[in-house]
Amino acid sequence: MSKPRIAFFDFSCCEGCQLQVLNCEDELLDLLALVDIVQFREAMTEADWNFDIAFVEGSITREQDEPRLKKIREAAKLVIAIGACSGMAGINAIRNAMPVDKAKEIVYGNKKDAFESTFARPIDTVIKVDGYIPGCPIDRKDFLRTVQALLVGKKPPDHDYPVCQECRLRENECLLTVGIPCMGPITRGGCDAIEPTFGSPCIGCRGLVSEANIESCKQMLEKHGLTIEDISKYMTIFNSFQKEEKHA
Amino acid sequence: MPDHDIHVHYVTRVEGHGDIVCKTNNGVVEKAEFNVVEAPRFFEAACVGRAHYEIKDIVTRICGICACGHALASLRASEAAMSIEPSEQTVDLRKIVLHGETIQSHFLHTYFLAAPDFLGVGSVIPLASSHKDVVVRALKLKKLGNDISETIVGRHVHPITLKINGFSKLPDPAALKAIQKRVIEALPDIEATVDLFSTIKVPELYRETEYISLGPTNGDKEYPFYDGDIISSLGQSYRPSNYQQVCNEEVDPKHTAKLCKHKAPSYQVGALARFNNNYNLLRPEAKKIAEKLNLKAPNHNPYNITMAQVVEAVHVAYDLIDLIDKVLTKGIKEENNKYQPKAGTGAGAVEVPRGILFHSYKYDSNGICQWADCVIPTTQNVRNINEDMKTLVPTIIGKSQEEVSLLLQMLLRAYDPCISCSTHLINVRFE
Ligand code: SF4
Ligand code: SF4
Ligand code: SF4
Ligand SMILES: [Fe+2]
Repeated sequence: MSKPRIAFFDFSCCEGCQLQVLNCEDELLDLLALVDIVQFREAMTEADWNFDIAFVEGSITREQDEPRLKKIREAAKLVIAIGACSGMAGINAIRNAMPVDKAKEIVYGNKKDAFESTFARPIDTVIKVDGYIPGCPIDRKDFLRTVQALLVGKKPPDHDYPVCQECRLRENECLLTVGIPCMGPITRGGCDAIEPTFGSPCIGCRGLVSEANIESCKQMLEKHGLTIEDISKYMTIFNSFQKEEKHA
Repeated sequence: MPDHDIHVHYVTRVEGHGDIVCKTNNGVVEKAEFNVVEAPRFFEAACVGRAHYEIKDIVTRICGICACGHALASLRASEAAMSIEPSEQTVDLRKIVLHGETIQSHFLHTYFLAAPDFLGVGSVIPLASSHKDVVVRALKLKKLGNDISETIVGRHVHPITLKINGFSKLPDPAALKAIQKRVIEALPDIEATVDLFSTIKVPELYRETEYISLGPTNGDKEYPFYDGDIISSLGQSYRPSNYQQVCNEEVDPKHTAKLCKHKAPSYQVGALARFNNNYNLLRPEAKKIAEKLNLKAPNHNPYNITMAQVVEAVHVAYDLIDLIDKVLTKGIKEENNKYQPKAGTGAGAVEVPRGILFHSYKYDSNGICQWADCVIPTTQNVRNINEDMKTLVPTIIGKSQEEVSLLLQMLLRAYDPCISCSTHLINVRFE
């Protein structure tokens, strides 16, 4: 039986998520035994358009990105969005808060009109996506778990519970108790609460937990005398892309 | 003589999106250039209006490969703007972090991005079966760099604990000691890397250019990565706050992007520029390796950037051992890293793996960013790469199209360009 063929593609992003894949140093050779990597521009020259799973990194910011993304969709059986840039426009969406023209002017002054750029959007505004690996960057273990699931035909894991859950398992001292606002209560887990583990607040890079779970978060926050607003200080770093922008 | 018509779309094994175009007509070079086709990302705009404590977490996302370097240049700029002087312990730990990134990035580049060309393959993947020992060694060395980051900053992409004026969590001394042990144990692997690269003959190209890097401040004896003045090989030095006089970024009406220029028509930054400018400050262990690789300063062949990275990796490995000793001997102490935001403008200059990086911010009295500027190594190298290509093509014009294309790609890869990093470098199309 031939091995599943996987390919990596990148749009507007820092390529940190692809680097996280290369950073799976201990597992990389085992992974290569299970799958054939047929495209990975950051690391290889070979490029083959015959593949089963496409991992797509980065946001869509220009019209010219769309045909390339659609070509990937046509070629792949499954398209998985990797990273916050791809899944929710992430850091690239900060500038959506200001008119594109203003952003260009800040960076390029009176030469601003030479650059083609639109709002930063997640890839699912252009094509259908079969799964998401959230995070900025993606978590290596989460990536490997997802590949494992996909290889046996299962859905990728969905961590629809707050970061706090994993934070408590790691027995971290809660930052809220020392007066540091942390987005853990409303942010999706799956990262082993890495920020709080290193003494730093969660800034929400994995996106928000679903509506259903927000309710219980509110109650949890009330015990600290806090509201969602109090901990949403960092909301606009990764979560500024509004759903209603999607089809605007 | 056959004419060449080369267009390499999205050059592989480089970070970000760039094209190479080369056209010759009756043996005359009409075009030989590197075009950047990366999408704009507007980081300077994204910083405006953000609080001082958020800036680092935003700008590290400029680039995954140089994430720690961006974090450090950013913190240095914020600290300069708010007149904050971090402690010696903070500075030493930051130097270790930067060394970790240099190790990880130099081995990623030398083994995964550059070496396949020399071994005649398209990527490291076929090597996993044909040269398994080499791949295992490469992964091990790269992992060492990563684990250094993980120990001190939580993860390499994107570093967590690095903060203005200190760390959100200090590393465990035992973990640091364990890292030091692993660096010592890695020395034979590094030696084997040197042996591998000493068998490689890089393509020929000779073009004198201007080299810009950090240089020692006030007779400092350290090969500078984290600290120092900005120096040019054509003689002149500047304080980091005057970085704009060095890079002279301009939006070129013809090239539709910001390009840099100092004294010469173009300048080079990166491992070879540092090697050429600061050779005397290299550790003796690294100088020995340079000799073994036949690399003498100054060297004017840009293909040797890869070799200079090997030399630097050796320097950094030995330096890490000493730096960790210093930190552990003094003992890691909890420090008060509180600070008061205040109005001001400041710049930070740090040598990241691909060359000198500048960040600069202006804050208001509440520590809200009013203006930001980031000048990335690859931005500074673009003009130089194009000058190199123009010099190279006439010397290889008689070769086959495949060979010319490969040599041009190898030249670009030697610069280890970080294109998604180049916030300004948008749609550079040399007409
Ligand atoms: S999600 Fe974050 S780490 Fe991943 S590519 Fe985007 S900016 Fe980089
Ligand atoms: S609020 Fe933050 S620190 Fe507290 S438990 Fe949740 S994730 Fe951890
Ligand atoms: S702790 Fe928060 S910011 Fe950090 S990786 Fe997890 S979700 Fe992202
Ligand atoms: Fe970079």
